[in-house]
Amino acid sequence: MTIHLEDMQVIYQHPESLLNVNTHYCPGCTHGVAHRLVAEVIDEMNLRNDCIGVASVGCSVFAYNYFDFDFIQSPHGRAPAMATGVKRVHPDKVVLTYQGDGDMISIGTAEITHAAARGENITVIFINNANYGMTGGQMAPTTLPGQKTTSSPKGRDVEQAGYPIRASEMLATLDGAGYIARRSLHDPKNIRLAKKAIRTAFETQVRGLGFSMVELLSICPTNWHLNPAASTRWLEENMLPYYPLGDYKVHPALKDLKF
Amino acid sequence: MPLSGTIVVDENLCKACELCIVNCPAQVIALDKSRITPRGFHPASLYKEGCTGCGTCSVVCPEAAITVYREKRTEKESNA
Repeated sequence: MTIHLEDMQVIYQHPESLLNVNTHYCPGCTHGVAHRLVAEVIDEMNLRNDCIGVASVGCSVFAYNYFDFDFIQSPHGRAPAMATGVKRVHPDKVVLTYQGDGDMISIGTAEITHAAARGENITVIFINNANYGMTGGQMAPTTLPGQKTTSSPKGRDVEQAGYPIRASEMLATLDGAGYIARRSLHDPKNIRLAKKAIRTAFETQVRGLGFSMVELLSICPTNWHLNPAASTRWLEENMLPYYPLGDYKVHPALKDLKF
Repeated sequence: MPLSGTIVVDENLCKACELCIVNCPAQVIALDKSRITPRGFHPASLYKEGCTGCGTCSVVCPEAAITVYREKRTEKESNA
């Protein structure tokens, strides 16, 4: 059977806001999925010329090489502080930060907490992969109890290293937050739900309803020493019970939102 | 009768993570061991007929390397 592509309808193609370049991410890393979802939402909302991103330090440090809109790079953990400045100077622009767990909830805990407490009108995409990916898989604040990493070879000992931080629950207690949700990127259904959450987060900002954050549970096949398919199963079995998915804070003005 | 579809994988982007292969509902994607990409991976590709153009592979692809096509519905089908 000969297939003529020009006679067929395009169901999916590379988003315009994502550059057609090779990323430095490991095969299977869901950073790529998160990048794609953000780019798709920017395309859908037609915000490409009105969007400024702030990249963090970590695996996502080169995000500015992959997105086709304005991007700046912040010092480690300070993306929400820089985003605050950008948003206050350009209140008509949409400002997002793209941060990992080592960046946002370790060194940058103060910045993110106060940005949320002030109700800064920015959107945060938070990637939670339960370790420090870029530096070689060390224990992060989000590492699960008993999880083996390069700096906890016998598993995370809660007596010594304490307990993981559930960032979404923590930030949802703050009055400045308009939309806080946790989603996962381990299967097609959850990826679709994650895209809706990212869309809602951007709508929150466009409507001026305060701080918005989407936490995305991600896989890290290289540092978990599993192949990508096994990593998605590990996430489902181990991370989902500790980090329940759901909306932790939804501004009442967002209830009627439908996509 | 499901509509037929097809996928085109950008071999410059594919990193052979196999997530499209394990998530394909029709199980029609495999790594093409006879080809090698500029980055040194065997690219994912359709290896038999049966693709319905559902787009699930493009949803899970971390590299946005997959373009999905589906045949157009005829007037009769879309009215039914």
